[in-house]
Amino acid sequence: MKILKNSLLLVVIGSMTWMMSMLYKDYDSRTELNDTASYYAEKGPDETGAANLVTSVVVTYRGLDTLGEVTILFLTAAIIGLLLRTEKGSSLVPHRASSEFLITAAKVLIPMITLLGVYIFINGHLTPGGGFQGGAVLASTFILLLISISNKKIGHRVLEYTEAISGFSFLLIGILGIILASGFLDNHILPMGKFGALLSAGSIPVIYSLIGLKVGAELSTIILELNQIQGKEDEIS
Amino acid sequence: MKYLEIEYISVIAGFLLLMVGLWGIISQKNIIKMIISFSIIDTSIHLLLVAIGYIRNRTAPIIDSAVNKSDAADLVTDPVPQALVLTAIVIGVGITALLLTYALKLFRQNRSLDINQYNSLKW
Repeated sequence: MKILKNSLLLVVIGSMTWMMSMLYKDYDSRTELNDTASYYAEKGPDETGAANLVTSVVVTYRGLDTLGEVTILFLTAAIIGLLLRTEKGSSLVPHRASSEFLITAAKVLIPMITLLGVYIFINGHLTPGGGFQGGAVLASTFILLLISISNKKIGHRVLEYTEAISGFSFLLIGILGIILASGFLDNHILPMGKFGALLSAGSIPVIYSLIGLKVGAELSTIILELNQIQGKEDEIS
Repeated sequence: MKYLEIEYISVIAGFLLLMVGLWGIISQKNIIKMIISFSIIDTSIHLLLVAIGYIRNRTAPIIDSAVNKSDAADLVTDPVPQALVLTAIVIGVGITALLLTYALKLFRQNRSLDINQYNSLKW
């Protein structure tokens, strides 16, 4: 039985390796952009006003996909919340109190890391970075907050409202694009401004800030849910 | 030697990581190890996508002092795979969190992380 299993494993891995080697044999490094990419590179800066071409692809040309992706992330957070819901009346075991070092360091670091996250998503159309990266940095602040003041209860309410309001505004800006400009999620609803300035590229900085807040709130919700369960598991063992 | 260039090394590393992850998912018995293998596959695909979009001697797709607006198409790498990887990373985080949640749920029910203990769907 063991031999059969191992030989099956070998067959699967071997055939996948053969497939990959065929793919690798056909792979040749590129020297030119393809048509879509060169369109984005040539027309992107003028059409969207964003210096970062990746941002112009993510927020404007493929904005609908980004909306779908943010929805997937929301769905993930909702499912995790549903699965890990703490039963009524079950009290969480208080964690061991955090050390003085951790609390002091967290007090110093949390404002700075938050500022970095906000900087990353506000400058998403000019520098490397954007809403998703900034949101992840914001969520890392939240982890620091959780481990430093772990014995206090942190309300879901703020995160839920942030998430809901930013998601709704994202959709609203998309619909405003249909009314005021040429299509859904068109960024020409706000003045385009000077190329390369902070307040330029129409609604791209606004949309990316909203995405940053939404992603940060969703990741924080996931972390909070998993953290509460950790308290419960301590109780069992 | 063309196969020592960075994009060839990245592609082969991506394929190798993909195989490692696949092997882990098939052969490991511990659910947490299977989730880790899944994450390895995830990372390998990000590596492959970025490597495929890479063009040698070109710079990041950002218009600044190094790249003029007029000849951007001749100076930058492909922005589309990078945008795809950006979304893929976030979805990967979500899926990993979901997998871990299911693992936790299973552990609370049967107090075991061994996949052989869960055979109710096996024929």
